[in-house]
Amino acid sequence: MNPRTATWAAALAMAVTASAVSSATAEPLKVGMITTLSGGGAGLGIDVRDGFLLAIEQSGNTDIEVVIEDDQRKPEIAVQLADKMIQSEKVDVLTGIIFSNLAMAVVPSATAQGTFYLSPNAGPSALAGRGCHADYFNVAWQNDALHEAAGAHASAEGFANSFILAPNYPAGKDALTGYQRLFEGQITDEVYTQLGQTDYAAELARIRASDADSVFFFLPGGMGISFLKQYADSGIELPLIGPAFSFDQGILQAVGKAALGVRNTSQWNKDLDNPTNAAFVSSFEAAYGRLPSLYASQGFDTANLLLSAMAAADVSDRDAFRSALKAADFSSTRGDFAFGSNQHPVQDIYVREVVQEGEVFTNTTLGVALSEHGDVYAADCSL
Amino acid sequence: MSNALIAEQVLNGLQSGVVLFLMAAGLTLVFGVMGLINLAHGSLFMVGAFAAAATAAATGSFLLGLVAALAAAAAAGALMEVVILRRLYQRDHLDQVLATFALILVFSEGVRWTFGSFPLFLDVPEALSGTLVLPGGIAYSRYRLTLIAIGLLVALGLYLLVAHTRLGVRVRAGEDDREMIAALGVNIDRLYTAVFAIGAALAGLAGALVGAIQSVQVGMGEPVLILAFVVIVIGGIGSIRGAFIGALLVGLTDTLGRLFLPELFALFMDGPAAASAGSALASMSIYLLMVAVLVVRPSGLFGSRT
Repeated sequence: MNPRTATWAAALAMAVTASAVSSATAEPLKVGMITTLSGGGAGLGIDVRDGFLLAIEQSGNTDIEVVIEDDQRKPEIAVQLADKMIQSEKVDVLTGIIFSNLAMAVVPSATAQGTFYLSPNAGPSALAGRGCHADYFNVAWQNDALHEAAGAHASAEGFANSFILAPNYPAGKDALTGYQRLFEGQITDEVYTQLGQTDYAAELARIRASDADSVFFFLPGGMGISFLKQYADSGIELPLIGPAFSFDQGILQAVGKAALGVRNTSQWNKDLDNPTNAAFVSSFEAAYGRLPSLYASQGFDTANLLLSAMAAADVSDRDAFRSALKAADFSSTRGDFAFGSNQHPVQDIYVREVVQEGEVFTNTTLGVALSEHGDVYAADCSL
Repeated sequence: MSNALIAEQVLNGLQSGVVLFLMAAGLTLVFGVMGLINLAHGSLFMVGAFAAAATAAATGSFLLGLVAALAAAAAAGALMEVVILRRLYQRDHLDQVLATFALILVFSEGVRWTFGSFPLFLDVPEALSGTLVLPGGIAYSRYRLTLIAIGLLVALGLYLLVAHTRLGVRVRAGEDDREMIAALGVNIDRLYTAVFAIGAALAGLAGALVGAIQSVQVGMGEPVLILAFVVIVIGGIGSIRGAFIGALLVGLTDTLGRLFLPELFALFMDGPAAASAGSALASMSIYLLMVAVLVVRPSGLFGSRT
């Protein structure tokens, strides 16, 4: 062949050899975090992100690369970001989604494209039952869990007639279904509000006119702040109960006294008595200047789960990595951590009460509402 | 369903209507006098709420917070008008939409940069908290009654301003024929800035008042802005009377819809399905109202018949 072709051939041979050699060494594991960093739900995404990054930083592990993007709580943007991360950034693991409607848009196609998904928050029932997948792990809870605990606690407290409300979207429907599953009394009214609704005067008037003895609500983020303020101002004296999503650390500072005394259910609280949690709470406060919320603990646990799997297996060996994830051999802020058969947690759910500690509004744990609780959808999962 | 419940919901509809009026009045003035579509009006609502929250937290006084909201929103509005919007009056409506949409993004990020991403705390003052027992035995929130009163006062004030002051004469003349009043020697630039600042101050006031019973967070103004546009379309662009009637109509339709529609569906569907379907239709009800009004009166209830 002529000298020019020979040069090209040699260059090509060298390039091929070089790439073969470089792929033999382990590349850093790439994690794509798609979470809500702007708009009304931003507090949740920021907490998850901060908890996640704190764990990565504390581990000192340099073999992990985290790419973070804001989904703005819009499903179409989340889908675009997921496609970009999987197809051009070539992430090995996706995580971060807060809201169930975005999770439903992203997770099935992500797992179908061979990417692991670790959910630090959203746990829709569709993905826990028939839609479960070997590469999908939920580190937080299945959506119904905290609501079931609220129902169980309400019955334990002797309430017989509940007025229940939630926004009209998958997690809202899961919330009311979950509450009714373990609540043994009657439901006087089941109300679906609009997602993002800020004025609850109409719903409050209905509560006032009903003969309920308790009110259960699931209104995360800004919706919960509005509802709690308006409830406190309405003169209605009925006891409130809800999942932790309306009483997390971020919301409590914005609501103030209006939330005092309200019972809420959560899988985590800052006063859980184990060394991992104590270290987490103090290091989070030192690093970010605020108390962690349950979302931050979920982000922290997700990162530690991932790190524990990385220590046991390489992500290129998908079966080994999957088994390592399933084994969940890490120290969780909740104490012992184990997955059920559908790769959602089996854990204790606690009852907390909102109190004021000095200048800060926070929660104190009262007791256990549900112990070693899984979810009903595991039976439908073929894993 | 008791009379007390219906009466309470009517009051709620009025309260939500007057808040919408505060937003819609500014929007319709600006659209009517200057021909400008201002999507950033919702950002002024947000600026007012944040200014009130920050001031109330720093001074402990809700009243000072309200004053700060008026001042901050008026200042932001005047600045917006002088720096950017002044160049848009001659432009196509689509250019105005594009530019003011960009302003929404700038304001949102600016507020987030200044105040952080978590919602701020703003509470109803002690004197206005709790309920008042009205004739008929209805216990209604004192603060919401105050909102209704403030809204009606503002409506009266705007009416007096537009009908009985020189500024009002110029505003009405400007709506009719912009070039003519410029030819007659009125300082158009200053008139426009004044009109814009008044509209902005009203939006800021609405933000501060509403922020006390809702969440003060970035992006809180956009849903209200959409409703305000529905109100001015129903009421007729440029008409303050239209904005007032339109706002009350929208507020009442929305609130009473949320009350009656699920009940209507419950007549022939079972519990959860009726609740879900009723809630879905209720969220559409104001847009259906807008369509119905436009079919009968294409320029809105009090719009000019051109």
